[in-house]
Amino acid sequence: MKIGVCVKVAPDTDTRIKISGDGAGIEESGIKWIVSPYDSFGIEEAVQTQEAQGGEVILFSAGPKDWQTQLRAGGLAVGAERAVIVDDPALAGTDPLGIARVLAAGIASEGCELVFTGKQAIDDDNVQVPAMVAELLGWPHVSFVTDFSTDGSTFTATRNVGGGTQEVVTGSLPVVITAERGLNTPRYAKLPAIMKAKRKKVDVKSLGDLDLSADDITPAVQLTNFSLPPERPAGRKLEGDVDTMVQELVRLLREEAKVI
Amino acid sequence: MRTSLFRHHFDESHRALREEARRFAREEIAPHATAWEEAGEFPRSLHLKAAQAGLLAPSFPEALGGGGGDVLHDVVVAEELLRAGSTGAAVGLGSLSIALPPILSLGTEDQKERFVAPVLRGEKIAALAVTEPGTGSDVAGIRLKARRDGDHYVLDGAKTFITSGVRGDLITVLARTGDDPHAGLTFFVVQRGTPGFEVSRALRKTGWWASDTAELSFSGCRVPLDHRIGPEGSGFVALMQNFERERLMLAVNGHALAEAALDESMAYAKQREAFGRPIGRFQVIRHKIAEMATAVTSAKALTYACAARMAAGKGASPEVFMAKNHAAMVAREVCWQAVQIHGGMGYMRETKVERWARDARLLPIGGGTQEIMNELIARGLGA
Repeated sequence: MKIGVCVKVAPDTDTRIKISGDGAGIEESGIKWIVSPYDSFGIEEAVQTQEAQGGEVILFSAGPKDWQTQLRAGGLAVGAERAVIVDDPALAGTDPLGIARVLAAGIASEGCELVFTGKQAIDDDNVQVPAMVAELLGWPHVSFVTDFSTDGSTFTATRNVGGGTQEVVTGSLPVVITAERGLNTPRYAKLPAIMKAKRKKVDVKSLGDLDLSADDITPAVQLTNFSLPPERPAGRKLEGDVDTMVQELVRLLREEAKVI
Repeated sequence: MRTSLFRHHFDESHRALREEARRFAREEIAPHATAWEEAGEFPRSLHLKAAQAGLLAPSFPEALGGGGGDVLHDVVVAEELLRAGSTGAAVGLGSLSIALPPILSLGTEDQKERFVAPVLRGEKIAALAVTEPGTGSDVAGIRLKARRDGDHYVLDGAKTFITSGVRGDLITVLARTGDDPHAGLTFFVVQRGTPGFEVSRALRKTGWWASDTAELSFSGCRVPLDHRIGPEGSGFVALMQNFERERLMLAVNGHALAEAALDESMAYAKQREAFGRPIGRFQVIRHKIAEMATAVTSAKALTYACAARMAAGKGASPEVFMAKNHAAMVAREVCWQAVQIHGGMGYMRETKVERWARDARLLPIGGGTQEIMNELIARGLGA
C-alpha cells in the first residue's frame, strides 16, 4: 500500500515572528524551520501503518525545494521512503485551495490509498488543506484523529469532538486522516537513519509535471497585510474593600472590556 | 548566541542529530533535572531511553548498536544534554564513552558482543576504573594487582572516584599484571555481583550530584580469563588511545556549561529590575555579559577546531589539552559571573547557575588535571 503524508515546513514553535518592512509578510531571516509538529504525528502514523501493513510512505509538500532539508531530517530519517516537493514560482501567492490542488494531484499521480497529515499547520493555522485534498480526491476525511488502525482495506479512527467526547469512525480506504496531538509519539531519528536519509529520493516537480498550470491555483483569497496582535497591556490591580473591588471589576468588564 | 561562525565544522547530519538531542533534553531531562540533582541520582531507565533515541553512543560502531558517526556527533549530543540542567545525568550517561573504548580497541568480537552491545542498548551501565586511593594522574603507580590463577585472574586492591561506579554493571578495571610501570598494566572487565568485588562507598561530591561516584574494593575477586581485555601488558597504551577524546569531551563540557550559564544570565538580566530598570541596561552587567560571551566563543573555537581534526581522523595533541584547560577556566569564570549576575538568587540551589558553578569545579581536575595538561602541552611544544 502506498501511504501519502502531506507535510508543511513552518517556523519553529518558539520563533518570535516579526512582520517584514512592507507589511506583506513575515521576516524570514533567522527563522529556524521545522516540519510542522502535527504533520510529524501524521508521518509517525504513516510509518507505523507501513510497518504493520507493508508498502511505502511518500511525503508530499508544496513549497520551496529547500524544504528537503527538513523533509529528510523529520520524515525520511524516521521511516518515510521518498518525498515529492512541488516547487513552482506560482505557488508563492496561492491560497489553501491552490495548495490542496497541488497536493491532491501529487497524491493521485502516485496512486496512494491512504493519506495522513496534521490537523493544521502551526504557522497560519488555516485548518483547510486536508479537507480540500480529500474533496478534490473524492475521498472521505476524518479530522482530529487520536487513534487509528487499518487492516489494509477498512479503518477505524477515533476523533475528539470537543467537551471530552470521542467519536469512533469506521470506513473503507481510501481516506484522508488528520492527526491530533496524542495520536502517537513520533520516534527519534537515529544517526544511521539520518545518514541513510541523505541518499533517499526527493523528486522536485513543477506544476506542469502534474498537469497543472498557474491558472489552476489562482488564489481566491489574497493576503494583503500583516500585523502583530496588540501587546498585552499590564495587568491592573483593584484596591479597596471587596464590595468596591467587585463593583469596579463589573464596571470595567462592562464598559472597558465590553464582555458583559 | 550566533552559531554561524562555527557552521562549517558541522554538516546536515550533525544539525539533524542536534535537533533530536535537543528534543530528548527538553522532554526527558529538563523537567526532572532539579529533582535528580537534589536526589543525587537519575533513573536507570534514562540509559534505555537514550539508547532507544539513538543518543547514547553516536560515534560507536553501528554493528554494536552505536550511531556510526564521528566525534562531532558526540559533541552536538553532549552539548544539548548538558544544557538541560542536570550535569550529573549527562555525565552519567556518558561514562560508557570512557569505559568501552579499551574493549573496542583490544577486545575480541565475542567480548564486544557480550560487554559493549548490552551497554549500547541501554540495558547495562559501564564504568571505567583507573584512579586509586594512592594514585591518580600518575597511572604508572597503579597497584591493584591481578594474579593469574589457572583459568582465572585474582584481583586485589581498590579504585576510587569512579563515575557510574555505584550502579555500574560492567567495570573496566586497569590492573597491574607485571612490574613494568607501564607495560605491566592490563584491563579486565569485572561484572557486578562477582564475589570479592564490592562498592565500598558512594562518594558525595561538590557537583555532578545526579551521577553516582564510587570507591570500589577488590578482595580475592576471581575474574575468568575471557574477561581480560587484550594481552597482558596492553592496558596503558589502550588507555592512552582514548585520552584525546576524553579531554575533548571535557572541554565540550566546559563550554556547554559556560554557554548555558551565559544564556541564563542574559535572560535574567532582562527580567530582573533594580533602581527602576532591568539590570541588563546597566553598563556593568552589559560588559560582564560581553566578556562572558567572548570567553565562551574562544573556548568553542579552540575545542571545535580540535574536534574537526579528530573527526577527520587526525591527532589534536597538544591543542586538545589546551582546549580542556581553556574551557575549564572559561567555565569557572563564566559560571562565577553568572552567579554574580543572579545575585542572591544565584546562591540558591533552585537556580541552574548555582549548580553549574559547582559542576565546573571538576573540569580542571577530572580526566587529567590542569597541571598534567600543562605538562603535556609543554612536552608537545618541545619546551
